Amino acid sequence: MEQVIQHSNPQSWYLVLSTILFSIGVMGVLFRRNAIIILMCIELMLNSVNILLVSFSAYAGNSEGQVFVFFIMVVAAAEVAVGLALLVSIFRNTASTDINVLSKLKW
Amino acid sequence: MSSQILFFILASLTIVSALFVVFSKSPIYSVMWMIFCFFTIAGHYVMLNAQFLAIVHVIVYAGAIMVLLLFTVMLLNLNKESEPHKSPLPKFAAIITGGLLMLVLLAAMHSSTLPEYSSPAFSDVGYVQKVGTKIFTEFLLPFEMTSVLFIAAMIGSVVLAKKDKN
Repeated sequence: MEQVIQHSNPQSWYLVLSTILFSIGVMGVLFRRNAIIILMCIELMLNSVNILLVSFSAYAGNSEGQVFVFFIMVVAAAEVAVGLALLVSIFRNTASTDINVLSKLKW
Repeated sequence: MSSQILFFILASLTIVSALFVVFSKSPIYSVMWMIFCFFTIAGHYVMLNAQFLAIVHVIVYAGAIMVLLLFTVMLLNLNKESEPHKSPLPKFAAIITGGLLMLVLLAAMHSSTLPEYSSPAFSDVGYVQKVGTKIFTEFLLPFEMTSVLFIAAMIGSVVLAKKDKN
């Protein structure tokens, strides 16, 4: 494949970008009450870590980081499948996906 | 010069779409913005010369995970503003907490020094051949173990989502 870009940016930009994305994901997990949106915010945090790993791998010239990102994607796919199955099962029992309904384990 | 402009456009699109994911009222709009966010992240991978991961990211995230989420949102009929109106206190607390976390992480990065790496523009570490060789030689056992993980996830999701007999 041909080179897509000819000039590369400083790596600290990618660090800042992934930090901002991770913080947005944390914010969403903290204040949203819908379980599907919380799952999506977890995906956002996983993706910010992926950007960080890919940037370190690309700048260090070592492709092992990208293999790790591949495995993270695999685990994220499995996690979303199981999480959505759990959500469907919860929705069948409580008729909502609000996490405030599921407070029986809260002390 | 053009790659800097491209980076800033892509990064601002990523951040704005992530904010829309968190702050939009209806779950269906959140899923749509999430798909857009994933495409911009794939653009970042292309800019880092990680072409294999860019393609896999589009296929796995935009093609599989978001379709699954969209199906679930539509199946559960959540495409309305389902959250009850509540006090804005948790929102402000969450925004302050997220901002503080960002501040701490950025300060930690600012005080640390990155090693002098080579530019990724002419490296070939992200090409399909390099990553594939790495996966099928050095990481062959973990790669095969992921199939076991997928089998477990498939069986688990079918068992969990199955309707109870009684």
